[in-house]
Amino acid sequence: MNGFLYELGKAPLTAKFGCVVVLVYILVAIFAPVLAPFGESEVVGYEYQPWSAENWLGTDSLGRDMATRMIYGARNTIGIALLTTVIAFLAGSIAGFFAAVLQGWVDQLLSRAVDVVISIPTLIFALLLLTIFGASVTSLIGVIALIYATFVYRIARAVAMGIVVMDYVEAAQVRGEGLWWIMRKEILPNAAPPLVAEFGLRFCFVFLTISGLSFLGLGIQPPAADWGSMVRENASLITFGDLTPLIPAAAIGLLTVAVNFIVDWMLHKASGLKT
Amino acid sequence: MHHLLRLFVKRLALGFLTLFVVSLVIFMSIELLPGDVAQQVLGQSATPENLAAFRRELGLDQPPLTRYLDWLEGFLQGDLGNSLISGLPIRELISERMYNTFFLAGFAALISVPLALVLGVVSALYRGTALDKSINVLALTAISVPEFFVGYILVWLLAVEFALFPSIANLSEDASLGDRIYRTFLPALTLTLIVTAHMMRMTRASLINLLALPYIEMAKLKGASQRRLIVIHALPNAIAPIVTVIAINLAYLIVGVVIVEVVFVYPGMGQLLVDSVAKRDFTVVQTACLIFAATYILFNLASDLISIASNPRLLHRK
Amino acid sequence: MNTFGSNLRIGRRGFLAGSAALVGLSQMPRAAQAQPQKGGTFRLSVNQGGTSDTLNPAEASGSQQIMVGWALRNNLTEIGSDNKLKPELAVSWASDDAQTWVFKLRPGVTFHNGKSLTPDDVIASLNLHRGEDSTSGAKSLLAGVDTLAAEGEDTVVITLSAPNADFPFILSDYHFQIMPVGNDGALDMSGTGTGGYILESWKPGVKTVLKRNPDYWKEGAAHFDEVELLLISDSSAATTALVTGEIDAVQSAEYKTLSLLGRDKNVEIESISGGFHPVFAMQSGQTPFNDNNVRLALKYGVDREALVKQVLRGHGTVANDHPVAPSMPFYDASLEQRAYDPDKAKFHLKEAGLDSLTVPLSVSDSLFAGAVDAVTLYREHAAPAGIDVQVVREPGDGYWSDVWMKKPFFTSSWGARPVPDMIFATAYSKGGDWNESQFSNDSFQQLMLAARSELDEAKRTQMYGDMQAILRDEGGSVIPFFRNFVYARRADVQHGEDVASNWSLDGYKAIERWWKS
Repeated sequence: MNGFLYELGKAPLTAKFGCVVVLVYILVAIFAPVLAPFGESEVVGYEYQPWSAENWLGTDSLGRDMATRMIYGARNTIGIALLTTVIAFLAGSIAGFFAAVLQGWVDQLLSRAVDVVISIPTLIFALLLLTIFGASVTSLIGVIALIYATFVYRIARAVAMGIVVMDYVEAAQVRGEGLWWIMRKEILPNAAPPLVAEFGLRFCFVFLTISGLSFLGLGIQPPAADWGSMVRENASLITFGDLTPLIPAAAIGLLTVAVNFIVDWMLHKASGLKT
Repeated sequence: MHHLLRLFVKRLALGFLTLFVVSLVIFMSIELLPGDVAQQVLGQSATPENLAAFRRELGLDQPPLTRYLDWLEGFLQGDLGNSLISGLPIRELISERMYNTFFLAGFAALISVPLALVLGVVSALYRGTALDKSINVLALTAISVPEFFVGYILVWLLAVEFALFPSIANLSEDASLGDRIYRTFLPALTLTLIVTAHMMRMTRASLINLLALPYIEMAKLKGASQRRLIVIHALPNAIAPIVTVIAINLAYLIVGVVIVEVVFVYPGMGQLLVDSVAKRDFTVVQTACLIFAATYILFNLASDLISIASNPRLLHRK
Repeated sequence: MNTFGSNLRIGRRGFLAGSAALVGLSQMPRAAQAQPQKGGTFRLSVNQGGTSDTLNPAEASGSQQIMVGWALRNNLTEIGSDNKLKPELAVSWASDDAQTWVFKLRPGVTFHNGKSLTPDDVIASLNLHRGEDSTSGAKSLLAGVDTLAAEGEDTVVITLSAPNADFPFILSDYHFQIMPVGNDGALDMSGTGTGGYILESWKPGVKTVLKRNPDYWKEGAAHFDEVELLLISDSSAATTALVTGEIDAVQSAEYKTLSLLGRDKNVEIESISGGFHPVFAMQSGQTPFNDNNVRLALKYGVDREALVKQVLRGHGTVANDHPVAPSMPFYDASLEQRAYDPDKAKFHLKEAGLDSLTVPLSVSDSLFAGAVDAVTLYREHAAPAGIDVQVVREPGDGYWSDVWMKKPFFTSSWGARPVPDMIFATAYSKGGDWNESQFSNDSFQQLMLAARSELDEAKRTQMYGDMQAILRDEGGSVIPFFRNFVYARRADVQHGEDVASNWSLDGYKAIERWWKS
């Protein structure tokens, strides 16, 4: 921990900013019930009330407190997106590395299975699966993790393929090192940078996909608040120049930028470049 | 070269296998969906009698395996069949929409791919500077808002405030190319904003990742300039990951644009597919999914071949 | 013959000024309308339908099919802008016993292909919805038809198996469009009709183009030269296109953007009281709903005023647990309106021997905008009475096949019907195809059958009033409100003094009734 703080002290301003933002978001998510002035789906007044002392950010299309929805939205959005992305990355990169190192029929089997899933359009596949399994949070996480794992697999495998042919990996194989050793010590460190960059992007794509599904009527089901759906619910106002939907969109945007600032910093450190 | 050709043939064969499995997966998924064509079409006005008549008429009273094999037999003979509901030939139903979809994807790709490469190289070249940071922040902002929101903002700005472009595509059959470009501009711009950032960041990340490698250090010691380092030494070796990410995004432009189609009322394949899933119109879903899958497989194959061709170690492997 | 209740139309300024309370209560004075003008292109957007929609009226369901169908073809009878039954292809009809109906066809009417209208066309078009192999969604509406026979060149005689005084109303249903019989004896369902517009191109899910029929038989109808009908499923895309003038009318306007839309001087919003209503239906044959006290408790536990205000933003009227809307004939205005009363709900619960009640209520947002909100609010209203209405959100996909009439307590929605009998027969009669609440009441059943053969208007009014009371007090359906049709048009699109309230967009006939100034 001290080592991390020391590193952070030396980090560029953007990375510090990113860490602070992410920390605030996580705190808000954890302490949502304490911080929120009203209940998650409580109707407190008329629709679209302006900002006031009582409703800091006004009210939404059903007269619910916008600030409260934003706070609970942090919890639902970050929680679900993070969990989904982590599952997708664990599954996708492990499978990708396996395929790259082992090659042969393992590679064939995994790659062909991934080909099938990935070649069916994402939204259609999600639409089919979510209609079959019902649009609950669990199936949402499962379905989106499955779909994103296939993308991670392709990147992980492509990157690892480039590494596997390197001399030092061949040397390790000649030395008789085990599969896990090679994956951990040789491939992971070298494949990490592009994967980390991908993580930052995919993390954002996940809740964009969720909000896209809400757009088509699946996704996180109301009355639970999530930023993607909040943008969706109020999005049509933007065509009249009303800025309400910008609030949750900005929350998503700020988090994305913050996460990617941290990712950039880690990427920079991992690359070993001094400049 | 022989190695590549063999690989190509092998992958093509695998592609057909993938398509076959996809058709099975789609068929089974549609079977598993709640309700069938008859129930979806009749909706609230369904009675046991008209449901039974409907199913008889469409042959839905046959066992699933028979129906799948019937479809497969026709498909292999080049007969795409008719839509279960409208009875129209699928070829007729799909051709115009497919053209629209490819037109939009091509339009967006023509802008976004060169843009992403240039921005990626520039930000790697000037990494850490204000330029790099502003490109990054802009790119991140562009991808961090949902695509329908990007669409709505563009509509508000370019269609409502400054009435420069139409807010809905409303293509007519005999539209000239110029008119088509004008009416497709907003959706294409929306898609460009969405895909550019992803490709640009991958380009930048791959380049920077290579900069620490010994051969680059070597070139640097020999006095190569930054520009030369990146464009001549790093870029050729970063082709594999860049091509992969471009292929993914090009495929996305074709298969993943349902939402943009909905926002701009653009008559592409995505809308057709969502509609047909909702109505359980199996034959249309099947054909559309197979076209999408084939597109994806071809892009994938192309990106793999280019990756291999660009890496001598992979190319001359024993 | 029958008279419809007054048509209620509130102009944009009307409801903006007075908000919820006055909507649907008063007849607003209207400015004199300009005379219809010919010409122009009418571009309108609808939001129901898909790519697979056909021109087969047996399969018609969404607004895309209905509006195009009625632009191309006519029925024997139609509901006019004033909500009264009008002759269309039938110039007159008569019956002595309400069982044998004689329809005289309009002379000199030709189809778009030049063929003259004959009784055979009518018989074949109606037979599309009859018989074992018929896939028609309107099959049950014609189940009472025994025989169809041509008499001479211009008469069709329809014999029913039992009397039905409202039979001419049934024929105004959108399914019963008249199409020509081809030389091969088969019905021509390609779009050839007797209607005011000729099909130029039919691309369901995208755009349909219609050209004016220069030989249209109907006086003062079909004013636009050309009509473009677009399917726009995203309501905000439709609204924007209306604001930017790329379309002239939208089928439905979102509540949340109404006030913003209302500020636009080029746009007129209309809110028409109609018969569309949701139902919280209990399977009244099952416990606990087989006890009428439980049903009454659930009826007293809903705050209708609050639902109209919050779910409909005032664009509707409270309902009284029966499906007869104030805009329908035989509506009994003297029947006392049930009010929200948690104490009475509690009392009835006690009568049923219960201290509290927990009931899951299935709902889906695909039923109507705000459906889930309505049930969520219902839950809050019923809580003080000791009733826990659990909100069960079901997927919209497959709702009609897997939830509706399958779950013990569920939400459904019903469109307007021109006469009470049409909804009573389908949804409230013993053996009705869609008797969703398993309603089974002998006196109701007898009254319903008797009213069909009764030709005396006063007696019928009395009977239908009694039936409304029975449904209110004993039915298994909680009917909270009737929703208005809320739609918008460009200000340069004009219509006559009245606007029909059976469907949106002037009874889905804006294409032939409206004009551009």
